[in-house]
Amino acid sequence: MKKIYILWLRQIKRYLRSKSRIVGSLAQPLLFLLALGYGFGSVYQKAGEGNYLNFLAPGIIGMSILFTSVFSGMEVIWDRQFGFLKETLVAPMSRFSIMIGRTLGGATVATLQGVLVMLISILFGFHPASWFALLPAVFIMFLTALLFTSLGTMIASFLDDMQGFQLIMNFLVMPLFFLSGALFPLQGLPTALGIIARIDPLSYGIDALRGLLINAGHYGLGMDILVLGAVTLLFLSLGSYFFKKVQI
Amino acid sequence: MIEVKNLTKKFDDFVAVDNISFQVKEGEIFAFLGPNGAGKSTTIKMLTTLLAPTTGTMTLNGHDPVREPSAVRRSFGIVFQDPSLDDELTAYENMEFHGVLYDVPDKLRRERIEYLLKFVELWDRRDNLVKEFSGGMKRRLEIARGLLHHPKIFFLDEPTLGLDPQTRNSLWNHLKELNKNEKTTIFFTTHYMEEAERIADRIAIIDHGKIIASGTAEELKQKTNTGSLEDAFLSLTGKSIREESASPNDHMRTMRRAHGH
Repeated sequence: MKKIYILWLRQIKRYLRSKSRIVGSLAQPLLFLLALGYGFGSVYQKAGEGNYLNFLAPGIIGMSILFTSVFSGMEVIWDRQFGFLKETLVAPMSRFSIMIGRTLGGATVATLQGVLVMLISILFGFHPASWFALLPAVFIMFLTALLFTSLGTMIASFLDDMQGFQLIMNFLVMPLFFLSGALFPLQGLPTALGIIARIDPLSYGIDALRGLLINAGHYGLGMDILVLGAVTLLFLSLGSYFFKKVQI
Repeated sequence: MIEVKNLTKKFDDFVAVDNISFQVKEGEIFAFLGPNGAGKSTTIKMLTTLLAPTTGTMTLNGHDPVREPSAVRRSFGIVFQDPSLDDELTAYENMEFHGVLYDVPDKLRRERIEYLLKFVELWDRRDNLVKEFSGGMKRRLEIARGLLHHPKIFFLDEPTLGLDPQTRNSLWNHLKELNKNEKTTIFFTTHYMEEAERIADRIAIIDHGKIIASGTAEELKQKTNTGSLEDAFLSLTGKSIREESASPNDHMRTMRRAHGH
Protein backbone atom coordinates (compact mmCIF):
# COMPACT_ATOMS: atom_id res chain seq x y z
CA MET A 1 0.00 0.00 0.00
CA LYS A 2 2.76 2.37 0.97
CA LYS A 3 4.57 1.56 -2.26
CA ILE A 4 1.51 2.38 -4.33
CA TYR A 5 1.18 5.60 -2.35
CA ILE A 6 4.75 6.69 -3.10
CA LEU A 7 4.28 5.94 -6.80
CA TRP A 8 1.11 8.03 -6.72
CA LEU A 9 2.84 10.81 -4.82
CA ARG A 10 5.60 10.94 -7.39
CA GLN A 11 3.12 11.65 -10.19
CA ILE A 12 1.44 14.37 -8.15
CA LYS A 13 4.77 16.03 -7.32
CA ARG A 14 5.83 15.94 -10.94
CA TYR A 15 2.55 17.53 -11.96
CA LEU A 16 2.62 20.29 -9.38
CA ARG A 17 6.22 21.12 -10.28
CA SER A 18 5.67 21.54 -13.98
CA LYS A 19 3.88 24.87 -13.86
CA SER A 20 4.39 25.41 -17.56
CA ARG A 21 2.68 22.12 -18.30
CA ILE A 22 -0.32 23.06 -16.15
CA VAL A 23 -0.70 26.45 -17.81
CA GLY A 24 0.02 25.02 -21.26
CA SER A 25 -2.59 22.32 -20.98
CA LEU A 26 -5.19 24.86 -19.80
CA ALA A 27 -4.73 27.02 -22.90
CA GLN A 28 -6.30 24.56 -25.32
CA PRO A 29 -9.53 23.87 -23.39
CA LEU A 30 -9.87 27.59 -22.75
CA LEU A 31 -9.56 28.32 -26.46
CA PHE A 32 -12.22 25.75 -27.31
CA LEU A 33 -14.50 27.00 -24.59
CA LEU A 34 -14.29 30.66 -25.55
CA ALA A 35 -14.11 30.41 -29.34
CA LEU A 36 -16.80 27.77 -29.70
CA GLY A 37 -18.83 28.76 -26.66
CA TYR A 38 -19.18 32.40 -27.61
CA GLY A 39 -18.91 31.76 -31.37
CA PHE A 40 -21.79 29.31 -31.66
CA GLY A 41 -23.69 30.80 -28.73
CA SER A 42 -26.22 32.81 -30.70
CA VAL A 43 -26.90 30.12 -33.33
CA TYR A 44 -27.47 27.58 -30.55
CA GLN A 45 -29.78 29.99 -28.76
CA LYS A 46 -31.79 30.58 -31.94
CA ALA A 47 -32.18 26.84 -32.38
CA GLY A 48 -33.96 26.95 -29.06
CA GLU A 49 -31.38 24.88 -27.18
CA GLY A 50 -30.41 27.50 -24.64
CA ASN A 51 -26.93 28.53 -23.52
CA TYR A 52 -24.20 26.82 -25.60
CA LEU A 53 -21.36 27.70 -23.23
CA ASN A 54 -23.25 25.94 -20.45
CA PHE A 55 -23.72 22.93 -22.69
CA LEU A 56 -20.13 22.98 -23.92
CA ALA A 57 -18.31 23.30 -20.57
CA PRO A 58 -18.77 19.64 -19.47
CA GLY A 59 -17.55 18.58 -22.91
CA ILE A 60 -14.42 20.67 -22.57
CA ILE A 61 -13.81 19.31 -19.06
CA GLY A 62 -14.09 15.85 -20.60
CA MET A 63 -11.66 16.82 -23.32
CA SER A 64 -8.96 18.02 -20.96
CA ILE A 65 -9.37 14.88 -18.86
CA LEU A 66 -9.06 12.72 -21.97
CA PHE A 67 -5.89 14.45 -23.18
CA THR A 68 -4.21 14.57 -19.78
CA SER A 69 -5.05 10.95 -18.93
CA VAL A 70 -3.89 9.40 -22.17
CA PHE A 71 -0.72 11.46 -21.97
CA SER A 72 -0.08 10.49 -18.33
CA GLY A 73 -0.56 6.84 -19.20
CA MET A 74 1.80 7.14 -22.12
CA GLU A 75 4.45 8.76 -19.93
CA VAL A 76 5.49 5.20 -19.14
CA ILE A 77 7.32 5.37 -22.45
CA TRP A 78 9.50 8.23 -21.21
CA ASP A 79 10.10 6.45 -17.95
CA ARG A 80 11.06 3.36 -19.85
CA GLN A 81 13.47 5.10 -22.18
CA PHE A 82 14.96 7.42 -19.61
CA GLY A 83 15.51 4.61 -17.20
CA PHE A 84 13.32 5.46 -14.25
CA LEU A 85 11.01 2.53 -14.97
CA LYS A 86 13.95 0.17 -14.47
CA GLU A 87 14.37 1.49 -10.94
CA THR A 88 10.79 0.42 -10.17
CA LEU A 89 10.98 -2.84 -12.10
CA VAL A 90 13.97 -4.15 -10.12
CA ALA A 91 12.35 -3.16 -6.82
CA PRO A 92 10.66 -5.87 -4.74
CA MET A 93 7.09 -5.16 -5.80
CA SER A 94 4.76 -6.70 -8.37
CA ARG A 95 4.23 -5.16 -11.78
CA PHE A 96 0.55 -5.02 -10.98
CA SER A 97 1.21 -2.66 -8.05
CA ILE A 98 3.45 -0.51 -10.24
CA MET A 99 0.74 -0.24 -12.86
CA ILE A 100 -1.91 0.56 -10.23
CA GLY A 101 0.24 3.22 -8.52
CA ARG A 102 1.06 4.91 -11.79
CA THR A 103 -2.49 4.78 -13.08
CA LEU A 104 -3.94 6.19 -9.87
CA GLY A 105 -1.36 8.97 -9.98
CA GLY A 106 -2.04 9.79 -13.61
CA ALA A 107 -5.78 9.71 -13.04
CA THR A 108 -5.48 12.05 -10.05
CA VAL A 109 -3.46 14.48 -12.13
CA ALA A 110 -6.04 14.38 -14.93
CA THR A 111 -8.83 14.92 -12.39
CA LEU A 112 -7.04 17.96 -10.97
CA GLN A 113 -6.75 19.28 -14.50
CA GLY A 114 -10.47 18.67 -15.06
CA VAL A 115 -11.35 20.50 -11.84
CA LEU A 116 -9.18 23.44 -12.91
CA VAL A 117 -10.98 23.61 -16.27
CA MET A 118 -14.31 23.45 -14.45
CA LEU A 119 -13.34 26.36 -12.19
CA ILE A 120 -12.14 28.40 -15.16
CA SER A 121 -15.37 27.67 -17.04
CA ILE A 122 -17.34 28.96 -14.08
CA LEU A 123 -15.20 32.09 -14.22
CA PHE A 124 -16.17 32.57 -17.87
CA GLY A 125 -19.89 32.15 -17.38
CA PHE A 126 -20.59 28.45 -16.87
CA HIS A 127 -23.51 27.99 -14.45
CA PRO A 128 -23.79 24.56 -12.82
CA ALA A 129 -27.44 23.81 -12.05
CA SER A 130 -26.50 22.95 -8.48
CA TRP A 131 -23.34 23.49 -6.45
CA PHE A 132 -23.98 20.21 -4.68
CA ALA A 133 -23.42 18.42 -7.97
CA LEU A 134 -19.76 19.49 -8.08
CA LEU A 135 -18.57 16.72 -5.78
CA PRO A 136 -20.23 13.81 -7.61
CA ALA A 137 -19.00 15.47 -10.83
CA VAL A 138 -15.42 15.18 -9.53
CA PHE A 139 -16.05 11.48 -8.93
CA ILE A 140 -17.18 11.06 -12.56
CA MET A 141 -14.07 12.94 -13.68
CA PHE A 142 -11.87 10.57 -11.70
CA LEU A 143 -13.59 7.51 -13.15
CA THR A 144 -13.18 8.88 -16.67
CA ALA A 145 -9.56 9.75 -15.94
CA LEU A 146 -8.89 6.24 -14.62
CA LEU A 147 -10.35 4.76 -17.78
CA PHE A 148 -8.19 6.78 -20.15
CA THR A 149 -5.00 6.56 -18.08
CA SER A 150 -5.28 2.76 -18.26
CA LEU A 151 -5.81 3.09 -22.00
CA GLY A 152 -2.68 5.25 -22.23
CA THR A 153 -0.64 2.71 -20.25
CA MET A 154 -1.93 -0.04 -22.50
CA ILE A 155 -0.90 1.86 -25.62
CA ALA A 156 2.49 2.65 -24.09
CA SER A 157 3.16 -1.06 -23.63
CA PHE A 158 3.06 -1.50 -27.41
CA LEU A 159 5.15 1.49 -28.40
CA ASP A 160 8.92 1.66 -28.29
CA ASP A 161 9.26 5.41 -28.31
CA MET A 162 7.30 8.62 -28.54
CA GLN A 163 7.45 8.59 -32.37
CA GLY A 164 4.07 6.88 -32.38
CA PHE A 165 2.55 9.54 -30.16
CA GLN A 166 1.36 11.73 -33.05
CA LEU A 167 -0.30 8.71 -34.61
CA ILE A 168 -2.17 7.95 -31.40
CA MET A 169 -3.21 11.59 -31.04
CA ASN A 170 -4.62 11.83 -34.56
CA PHE A 171 -6.15 8.39 -34.98
CA LEU A 172 -7.35 7.66 -31.47
CA VAL A 173 -7.49 10.62 -29.12
CA MET A 174 -8.88 13.20 -31.53
CA PRO A 175 -11.65 10.88 -32.82
CA LEU A 176 -12.49 9.92 -29.23
CA PHE A 177 -12.94 13.60 -28.48
CA PHE A 178 -14.78 14.78 -31.61
CA LEU A 179 -17.16 11.81 -31.80
CA SER A 180 -18.08 11.85 -28.12
CA GLY A 181 -20.75 14.51 -28.06
CA ALA A 182 -18.38 16.88 -26.30
CA LEU A 183 -19.32 19.57 -28.78
CA PHE A 184 -22.86 18.60 -29.85
CA PRO A 185 -26.01 17.16 -28.27
CA LEU A 186 -26.48 13.40 -28.57
CA GLN A 187 -30.20 13.79 -29.37
CA GLY A 188 -31.26 13.48 -33.00
CA LEU A 189 -27.87 12.49 -34.39
CA PRO A 190 -27.60 10.73 -37.77
CA THR A 191 -27.75 6.99 -37.04
CA ALA A 192 -24.09 6.26 -37.84
CA LEU A 193 -22.79 9.08 -35.64
CA GLY A 194 -25.21 8.08 -32.90
CA ILE A 195 -23.83 4.54 -32.91
CA ILE A 196 -20.23 5.72 -32.94
CA ALA A 197 -20.93 8.05 -30.03
CA ARG A 198 -22.42 5.10 -28.14
CA ILE A 199 -19.20 3.12 -28.63
CA ASP A 200 -16.99 6.00 -27.53
CA PRO A 201 -16.50 5.67 -23.75
CA LEU A 202 -15.84 9.41 -23.43
CA SER A 203 -19.50 10.03 -24.41
CA TYR A 204 -20.61 8.46 -21.12
CA GLY A 205 -18.18 10.50 -19.03
CA ILE A 206 -19.33 13.75 -20.59
CA ASP A 207 -22.97 12.69 -20.53
CA ALA A 208 -22.72 11.95 -16.82
CA LEU A 209 -21.14 15.37 -16.23
CA ARG A 210 -23.99 17.01 -18.18
CA GLY A 211 -26.54 15.02 -16.22
CA LEU A 212 -25.04 16.16 -12.93
CA LEU A 213 -24.01 19.70 -13.75
CA ILE A 214 -26.74 20.99 -16.09
CA ASN A 215 -29.49 18.34 -15.77
CA ALA A 216 -29.11 17.48 -19.45
CA GLY A 217 -28.06 13.84 -19.53
CA HIS A 218 -28.97 11.67 -22.48
CA TYR A 219 -28.15 8.07 -21.55
CA GLY A 220 -29.02 8.42 -17.87
CA LEU A 221 -26.58 8.62 -14.98
CA GLY A 222 -26.95 4.95 -14.00
CA MET A 223 -26.12 3.80 -17.50
CA ASP A 224 -23.17 6.23 -17.68
CA ILE A 225 -21.60 5.00 -14.46
CA LEU A 226 -22.18 1.38 -15.39
CA VAL A 227 -20.45 1.75 -18.77
CA LEU A 228 -17.61 3.87 -17.36
CA GLY A 229 -17.03 1.41 -14.53
CA ALA A 230 -17.10 -1.64 -16.75
CA VAL A 231 -14.78 -0.17 -19.39
CA THR A 232 -12.41 1.09 -16.70
CA LEU A 233 -12.17 -2.41 -15.23
CA LEU A 234 -11.60 -3.86 -18.67
CA PHE A 235 -8.86 -1.36 -19.55
CA LEU A 236 -7.21 -1.72 -16.14
CA SER A 237 -6.95 -5.49 -16.55
CA LEU A 238 -5.79 -5.22 -20.17
CA GLY A 239 -3.36 -2.46 -19.17
CA SER A 240 -1.81 -4.50 -16.39
CA TYR A 241 -1.71 -7.59 -18.58
CA PHE A 242 0.25 -5.80 -21.28
CA PHE A 243 2.36 -3.86 -18.76
CA LYS A 244 3.54 -7.21 -17.35
CA LYS A 245 4.92 -8.05 -20.75
CA VAL A 246 6.93 -4.85 -21.10
CA GLN A 247 10.61 -5.58 -21.51
CA ILE A 248 13.36 -3.12 -20.90
CA MET B 1 27.39 -15.16 -4.02
CA ILE B 2 26.55 -15.33 -7.73
CA GLU B 3 26.42 -18.66 -9.53
CA VAL B 4 25.60 -18.99 -13.20
CA LYS B 5 25.38 -22.33 -14.96
CA ASN B 6 24.89 -22.91 -18.70
CA LEU B 7 22.95 -19.67 -19.08
CA THR B 8 21.56 -19.02 -22.56
CA LYS B 9 19.35 -16.25 -23.92
CA LYS B 10 17.96 -16.33 -27.46
CA PHE B 11 16.02 -13.56 -29.16
CA ASP B 12 14.27 -15.29 -32.06
CA ASP B 13 17.24 -16.70 -33.97
CA PHE B 14 19.89 -14.53 -32.38
CA VAL B 15 21.81 -16.03 -29.48
CA ALA B 16 22.74 -13.09 -27.24
CA VAL B 17 24.16 -15.19 -24.40
CA ASP B 18 25.46 -18.62 -25.29
CA ASN B 19 25.78 -21.23 -22.55
CA ILE B 20 27.87 -19.23 -20.08
CA SER B 21 28.89 -20.32 -16.59
CA PHE B 22 30.74 -18.40 -13.92
CA GLN B 23 30.89 -17.74 -10.20
CA VAL B 24 31.46 -14.66 -8.11
CA LYS B 25 32.49 -15.16 -4.49
CA GLU B 26 31.24 -13.12 -1.56
CA GLY B 27 33.18 -9.88 -1.12
CA GLU B 28 34.79 -10.13 -4.52
CA ILE B 29 35.12 -7.29 -7.04
CA PHE B 30 34.31 -8.85 -10.36
CA ALA B 31 34.70 -7.18 -13.76
CA PHE B 32 32.60 -8.39 -16.65
CA LEU B 33 34.21 -7.17 -19.86
CA GLY B 34 33.42 -7.43 -23.53
CA PRO B 35 33.00 -5.41 -26.73
CA ASN B 36 29.67 -3.76 -27.52
CA GLY B 37 26.92 -6.28 -28.18
CA ALA B 38 28.87 -9.13 -26.58
CA GLY B 39 26.05 -10.01 -24.17
CA LYS B 40 27.04 -8.10 -21.01
CA SER B 41 23.83 -6.15 -20.56
CA THR B 42 21.66 -9.15 -21.43
CA THR B 43 23.45 -11.16 -18.73
CA ILE B 44 22.96 -8.39 -16.18
CA LYS B 45 19.28 -8.13 -17.10
CA MET B 46 18.83 -11.84 -16.49
CA LEU B 47 20.66 -11.70 -13.17
CA THR B 48 18.58 -8.74 -12.05
CA THR B 49 15.17 -10.31 -12.90
CA LEU B 50 14.47 -7.98 -15.84
CA LEU B 51 14.74 -10.73 -18.41
CA ALA B 52 13.92 -14.45 -18.25
CA PRO B 53 16.66 -16.78 -19.54
CA THR B 54 15.96 -19.23 -22.37
CA THR B 55 17.81 -22.03 -20.57
CA GLY B 56 20.26 -22.41 -17.70
CA THR B 57 20.24 -21.63 -14.00
CA MET B 58 21.37 -18.76 -11.79
CA THR B 59 21.45 -18.04 -8.10
CA LEU B 60 22.12 -14.75 -6.36
CA ASN B 61 22.65 -14.85 -2.62
CA GLY B 62 21.13 -18.34 -2.79
CA HIS B 63 17.97 -17.26 -4.61
CA ASP B 64 16.79 -17.95 -8.14
CA PRO B 65 15.87 -14.78 -10.09
CA VAL B 66 13.19 -16.65 -12.04
CA ARG B 67 11.42 -18.34 -9.14
CA GLU B 68 12.13 -15.91 -6.29
CA PRO B 69 12.38 -12.49 -7.94
CA SER B 70 11.45 -10.64 -4.75
CA ALA B 71 14.19 -12.24 -2.63
CA VAL B 72 16.72 -11.62 -5.41
CA ARG B 73 15.65 -8.01 -5.80
CA ARG B 74 16.22 -7.38 -2.11
CA SER B 75 19.70 -8.90 -2.40
CA PHE B 76 21.14 -6.59 -5.01
CA GLY B 77 21.53 -2.90 -5.76
CA ILE B 78 22.20 -1.64 -9.25
CA VAL B 79 23.53 1.35 -11.12
CA PHE B 80 22.31 1.13 -14.69
CA GLN B 81 24.22 2.22 -17.75
CA ASP B 82 21.74 5.05 -18.30
CA PRO B 83 20.65 7.31 -15.45
CA SER B 84 17.51 5.95 -13.84
CA LEU B 85 16.74 8.84 -11.51
CA ASP B 86 13.62 10.95 -11.63
CA ASP B 87 14.86 14.36 -12.80
CA GLU B 88 11.80 16.17 -11.47
CA LEU B 89 12.36 14.97 -7.92
CA THR B 90 15.02 16.14 -5.49
CA ALA B 91 17.97 13.98 -4.51
CA TYR B 92 16.32 13.30 -1.16
CA GLU B 93 13.00 12.37 -2.75
CA ASN B 94 14.70 9.93 -5.11
CA MET B 95 16.34 8.28 -2.10
CA GLU B 96 13.09 8.21 -0.16
CA PHE B 97 11.21 6.68 -3.10
CA HIS B 98 13.76 3.89 -3.25
CA GLY B 99 13.68 3.33 0.50
CA VAL B 100 9.91 2.94 0.52
CA LEU B 101 9.94 0.53 -2.43
CA TYR B 102 12.48 -1.62 -0.58
CA ASP B 103 10.57 -1.55 2.75
CA VAL B 104 13.30 0.23 4.70
CA PRO B 105 11.52 1.35 7.93
CA ASP B 106 11.00 5.13 8.33
CA LYS B 107 13.56 5.87 11.03
CA LEU B 108 16.25 3.67 9.55
CA ARG B 109 15.53 5.13 6.13
CA ARG B 110 16.13 8.68 7.30
CA GLU B 111 19.37 7.70 9.06
CA ARG B 112 20.71 5.80 6.08
CA ILE B 113 19.74 8.49 3.56
CA GLU B 114 21.65 11.05 5.60
CA TYR B 115 24.65 8.75 5.99
CA LEU B 116 24.76 7.79 2.31
CA LEU B 117 24.22 11.28 0.95
CA LYS B 118 27.08 12.45 3.16
CA PHE B 119 29.15 9.49 1.98
CA VAL B 120 28.79 10.57 -1.68
CA GLU B 121 29.07 14.26 -0.71
CA LEU B 122 25.60 15.26 -1.83
CA TRP B 123 24.01 16.00 1.55
CA ASP B 124 24.21 19.76 0.97
CA ARG B 125 22.41 19.35 -2.34
CA ARG B 126 19.70 17.02 -1.04
CA ASP B 127 16.84 19.42 -1.76
CA ASN B 128 17.95 20.26 -5.29
CA LEU B 129 16.11 18.78 -8.24
CA VAL B 130 18.13 16.06 -9.90
CA LYS B 131 17.82 17.77 -13.28
CA GLU B 132 20.19 20.45 -11.97
CA PHE B 133 22.87 17.82 -11.28
CA SER B 134 25.91 17.08 -13.44
CA GLY B 135 26.53 13.60 -14.81
CA GLY B 136 28.99 12.80 -12.02
CA MET B 137 26.62 13.95 -9.28
CA LYS B 138 23.85 11.81 -10.77
CA ARG B 139 26.12 8.79 -10.74
CA ARG B 140 27.06 9.40 -7.11
CA LEU B 141 23.40 9.75 -6.20
CA GLU B 142 22.59 6.51 -8.01
CA ILE B 143 25.30 4.75 -6.08
CA ALA B 144 23.97 6.10 -2.78
CA ARG B 145 20.48 5.04 -3.79
CA GLY B 146 21.55 1.56 -4.83
CA LEU B 147 23.09 1.04 -1.39
CA LEU B 148 20.11 2.26 0.62
CA HIS B 149 18.63 -1.19 1.22
CA HIS B 150 22.06 -2.66 2.13
CA PRO B 151 22.41 -5.02 -0.82
CA LYS B 152 24.77 -7.98 -0.66
CA ILE B 153 25.60 -7.58 -4.33
CA PHE B 154 26.09 -4.33 -6.19
CA PHE B 155 25.81 -4.28 -9.98
CA LEU B 156 27.34 -1.38 -11.88
CA ASP B 157 26.87 -1.28 -15.64
CA GLU B 158 29.52 1.07 -17.06
CA PRO B 159 29.31 3.34 -14.01
CA THR B 160 32.16 5.60 -15.09
CA LEU B 161 31.11 6.20 -18.69
CA GLY B 162 31.59 9.85 -19.58
CA LEU B 163 33.00 10.89 -16.21
CA ASP B 164 36.21 12.86 -15.73
CA PRO B 165 39.20 11.17 -14.04
CA GLN B 166 38.59 13.00 -10.74
CA THR B 167 35.02 11.80 -10.47
CA ARG B 168 35.98 8.32 -11.55
CA ASN B 169 38.67 8.16 -8.97
CA SER B 170 36.46 9.32 -6.11
CA LEU B 171 33.71 6.97 -7.22
CA TRP B 172 35.96 3.95 -7.05
CA ASN B 173 37.34 5.06 -3.72
CA HIS B 174 33.81 5.04 -2.36
CA LEU B 175 33.13 1.63 -3.82
CA LYS B 176 36.34 0.05 -2.60
CA GLU B 177 35.70 1.40 0.87
CA LEU B 178 32.26 -0.15 0.79
CA ASN B 179 33.65 -3.44 -0.46
CA LYS B 180 36.20 -3.48 2.34
CA ASN B 181 33.92 -2.41 5.19
CA GLU B 182 30.66 -4.12 4.30
CA LYS B 183 31.99 -7.06 2.28
CA THR B 184 29.63 -6.04 -0.52
CA THR B 185 30.17 -8.09 -3.64
CA ILE B 186 30.72 -5.83 -6.64
CA PHE B 187 29.93 -6.85 -10.19
CA PHE B 188 30.75 -4.24 -12.82
CA THR B 189 31.23 -3.69 -16.53
CA THR B 190 33.45 -1.08 -18.13
CA HIS B 191 35.20 -0.22 -21.36
CA TYR B 192 38.15 1.30 -19.49
CA MET B 193 40.61 -1.59 -19.28
CA GLU B 194 43.01 0.12 -16.91
CA GLU B 195 40.09 0.59 -14.55
CA ALA B 196 39.27 -3.11 -14.57
CA GLU B 197 42.95 -3.96 -14.14
CA ARG B 198 43.31 -1.66 -11.16
CA ILE B 199 40.05 -2.42 -9.37
CA ALA B 200 38.89 -5.96 -10.09
CA ASP B 201 39.93 -9.05 -8.13
CA ARG B 202 38.78 -11.21 -10.99
CA ILE B 203 37.77 -10.61 -14.61
CA ALA B 204 35.65 -12.48 -17.13
CA ILE B 205 35.70 -11.57 -20.81
CA ILE B 206 32.61 -12.27 -22.88
CA ASP B 207 32.41 -12.06 -26.67
CA HIS B 208 29.67 -13.15 -29.09
CA GLY B 209 27.70 -14.42 -26.10
CA LYS B 210 30.45 -16.74 -24.84
CA ILE B 211 32.90 -16.33 -21.98
CA ILE B 212 36.26 -16.61 -23.71
CA ALA B 213 38.55 -16.08 -20.74
CA SER B 214 38.48 -15.46 -17.02
CA GLY B 215 40.92 -14.99 -14.17
CA THR B 216 42.91 -12.21 -12.52
CA ALA B 217 44.31 -9.44 -14.71
CA GLU B 218 47.75 -11.02 -14.21
CA GLU B 219 46.54 -14.42 -15.41
CA LEU B 220 44.90 -12.95 -18.49
CA LYS B 221 48.08 -11.09 -19.40
CA GLN B 222 50.19 -14.20 -18.95
CA LYS B 223 47.80 -16.31 -20.95
CA THR B 224 47.94 -13.94 -23.91
CA ASN B 225 51.56 -12.97 -23.42
CA THR B 226 50.76 -9.27 -23.31
CA GLY B 227 51.83 -6.38 -21.09
CA SER B 228 48.51 -4.76 -20.28
CA LEU B 229 44.91 -5.84 -19.85
CA GLU B 230 43.97 -3.70 -22.84
CA ASP B 231 46.35 -5.68 -25.06
CA ALA B 232 45.16 -8.94 -23.56
CA PHE B 233 41.57 -7.90 -24.25
CA LEU B 234 42.33 -7.00 -27.87
CA SER B 235 44.26 -10.19 -28.44
CA LEU B 236 41.30 -12.20 -27.09
CA THR B 237 38.48 -10.38 -28.79
CA GLY B 238 40.16 -9.20 -32.01
CA LYS B 239 40.44 -5.69 -33.39
CA SER B 240 37.36 -5.47 -35.58
CA ILE B 241 34.87 -2.83 -34.53
CA ARG B 242 31.45 -4.16 -33.54
CA GLU B 243 28.34 -2.78 -35.13
CA GLU B 244 25.31 -2.63 -32.94
CA SER B 245 22.00 -1.65 -34.47
CA ALA B 246 20.61 1.46 -32.80
CA SER B 247 17.99 0.60 -30.23
CA PRO B 248 15.04 2.87 -29.42
CA ASN B 249 17.08 3.78 -26.36
CA ASP B 250 19.76 5.31 -28.52
CA HIS B 251 17.17 7.31 -30.44
CA MET B 252 15.75 8.61 -27.21
CA ARG B 253 19.18 9.45 -25.92
CA THR B 254 19.81 11.48 -29.05
CA MET B 255 16.46 13.20 -28.70
CA ARG B 256 17.13 13.96 -25.09
CA ARG B 257 20.46 15.52 -25.95
CA ALA B 258 18.79 17.52 -28.69
CA HIS B 259 16.28 18.82 -26.17
CA GLY B 260 19.00 19.76 -23.75
CA HIS B 261 17.94 17.55 -20.85
